[in-house]
Amino acid sequence: MTKGATAPRRSGGSRGSGGTPPEPDYVQLLTPDGERVSHPDYSVDFSDEELRGLYRDLVTVRKLDAEATALQRQGELGIWASLLGQEAAQVGSGRALRSQDMAFPTYREHGVLYCRGIDPIMPLSLFRGVDQGGWDPVANKFNLYTIVIGAQTLHATGYAMGIAKDGKVGTDDGEAVIAYFGDGATSQGDVNEAFIWSSVFHAPVVFFCQNNQYAISEPLERQTRIPLFQRAAGFGFPGVRVDGNDVLACYAVTRAALDNARLGQGPTLIEAYTYRMGAHTTSDDPTRYRVSSEVEAWQAKDPIARVRALLTREQIASDDFFDAVDADAKAEAVRLRERVLNMPDPDPSQIFENVYVEGSPLVDAERKQFEAYAASFEGGAH
Amino acid sequence: MAVETLTLGKALNTGLRRAMERDDKVILMGEDIGKLGGVFRITDGLQKDFGEERVIDTPLAESGIIGTAIGLALRGYRPVCEIQFDGFVYPAYDQIVSQVAKFRYRSRGHVKLPMVIRIPFGGGIGAVEHHSESPEAYFSHTAGLKVVACSNPEDAYFMIQQAIASEDPIIFLEPKRRYWEKGAVDTALGLDAVTPLHSSRVVRSGADATVVAYGPMVKTALDAATAAQEDGRSLEVIDLRSLSPMDLAPVFDSVRRTGRLIVVHEAPGNLGMGSEIAARVTEECFYSLEAPVLRVAGYNTPYPASRLEEEYLPDLDRVLDAVDRSFGW
Repeated sequence: MTKGATAPRRSGGSRGSGGTPPEPDYVQLLTPDGERVSHPDYSVDFSDEELRGLYRDLVTVRKLDAEATALQRQGELGIWASLLGQEAAQVGSGRALRSQDMAFPTYREHGVLYCRGIDPIMPLSLFRGVDQGGWDPVANKFNLYTIVIGAQTLHATGYAMGIAKDGKVGTDDGEAVIAYFGDGATSQGDVNEAFIWSSVFHAPVVFFCQNNQYAISEPLERQTRIPLFQRAAGFGFPGVRVDGNDVLACYAVTRAALDNARLGQGPTLIEAYTYRMGAHTTSDDPTRYRVSSEVEAWQAKDPIARVRALLTREQIASDDFFDAVDADAKAEAVRLRERVLNMPDPDPSQIFENVYVEGSPLVDAERKQFEAYAASFEGGAH
Repeated sequence: MAVETLTLGKALNTGLRRAMERDDKVILMGEDIGKLGGVFRITDGLQKDFGEERVIDTPLAESGIIGTAIGLALRGYRPVCEIQFDGFVYPAYDQIVSQVAKFRYRSRGHVKLPMVIRIPFGGGIGAVEHHSESPEAYFSHTAGLKVVACSNPEDAYFMIQQAIASEDPIIFLEPKRRYWEKGAVDTALGLDAVTPLHSSRVVRSGADATVVAYGPMVKTALDAATAAQEDGRSLEVIDLRSLSPMDLAPVFDSVRRTGRLIVVHEAPGNLGMGSEIAARVTEECFYSLEAPVLRVAGYNTPYPASRLEEEYLPDLDRVLDAVDRSFGW
């Protein structure tokens, strides 16, 4: 493991101002003001082009997310789980994955999906109600969105055990797995079982917890009495907390943990300390359970503004670049909207498809009954 | 011919061994299945011969067993999970019902989860609470799962291999009180030469009434048929074998001849497998029935203390009583 990962140290210079509570100790490489700071254990060495690429990712995933929220408001999606505020955690960790790595998302990892090079339309059919995902998780190296909280951490652990069985750990080109979940999920039995299993079997898996401070309405204090990353010690593997609004730190910490896993050094728990700026989903009303001053304090730690400040200060990008990124993101959002609106409704026969690989006479019989019943209305008044 | 006399438990053990020899992606997972060979010794000797990588003693966490098995199946393995006792499957219920059963549907056919979940089920062994339950209806009610129950050594040997070869997830129920019953098994037969996994089978021909049972109650039904013969009544006994999907065509054929049906299971009768069978038989054989379909089942109480289980469980006399009631209708 990376030396010192169990005891992340605070990097100086970012203590909150204006009466906000002090920041927790976490790995930070880029302050909210856009200043690069060093950390004894983690660093990144990005070219200017790569930094501009990260900025483009952050802006694009926020824009596509906003478009999806708008589509829901207009009745085109049944529901949407916005990633607003969590762009750095998702882009940083998503870009840290190597092509051979496997990701197990929740239902909010649209930014990770985008960074894997997957068509952002993929999850929208789920939220529109056209299907329940429907993609090939193995071919995409990105599992289906999992809605039951924490269940996917066990799937990730089992998949990682399979990697070890296949002998695909211990080398630089080994494979690793990342399991996404939130602060609320850490109370689930499955997540705790996944910690135990991965530890006991030394599975090459990274547990990436986006601590966005709320499980729908319940604050972190309802899930834990200690910092979440510290729980890893009790399970026998390193835990590290990272500034979840710092894309550079999220990248560095995730890349190190994944490489440790692929080299056969077992699991790591990463707590990405961030904030859900929007509602839990479009069905939620966060004004009922949190105050605006809290939201404003986090607004000052915006994950995109700090990268823009860095690019500007270091003269890595000009206003022309920022304008072009905005325009490109807007155009991509327009294309996404058009594709959602043109998504055909599913054929009713889909109800009966893919229940089993080898079929079932019961399902076959009911499909026939359904088809006969539906046909009985043809030309009728129904 | 290579007919051997095996206990039902040894037949399962031998079947597991054959499946592991046939496909090195088959792995066993469960609590105490390695050195100990399982609390019922069904995996006896398999870790010694196939190694700890293929016969895995797991942490004591049933949801973890099923959840990680899903991940291993996604990776290309064929996990065979042992749940130590029926009453301990519930911590894994969410993973089985919400994940195992629905993964393929959710993925629109991109994913298959060829896994087997072995559960010793049913009572009759004088056990403490949670060790004698019959949870089959919970799983049979869940689309995406298939559920089978073996009743004798020969079926145990072949059905476990067929289940492991299946591309669909299968709940494999083992009648724990019959583990020690012996029977002839022709181990030279191939899987294609025996009854398909999801088929029921007439195990005793008769003319006067039909008795359907599965798992531990098949022997009870057969014993009842022998006793009834002495009273001059000829019972036809059908071993359902597959609870999801059910193969009821032989039941319909039989009821059309006999006009009477008694369904026997240990699980409580209310909303049990017998309820579904009664509904289906009523739809298909309405004009053939001489009496309503009768159920002989566990009572709708929690499974009682073991010194009461003989009163609770269906037995030969309760089956014969139901036969009498059917004829007295």
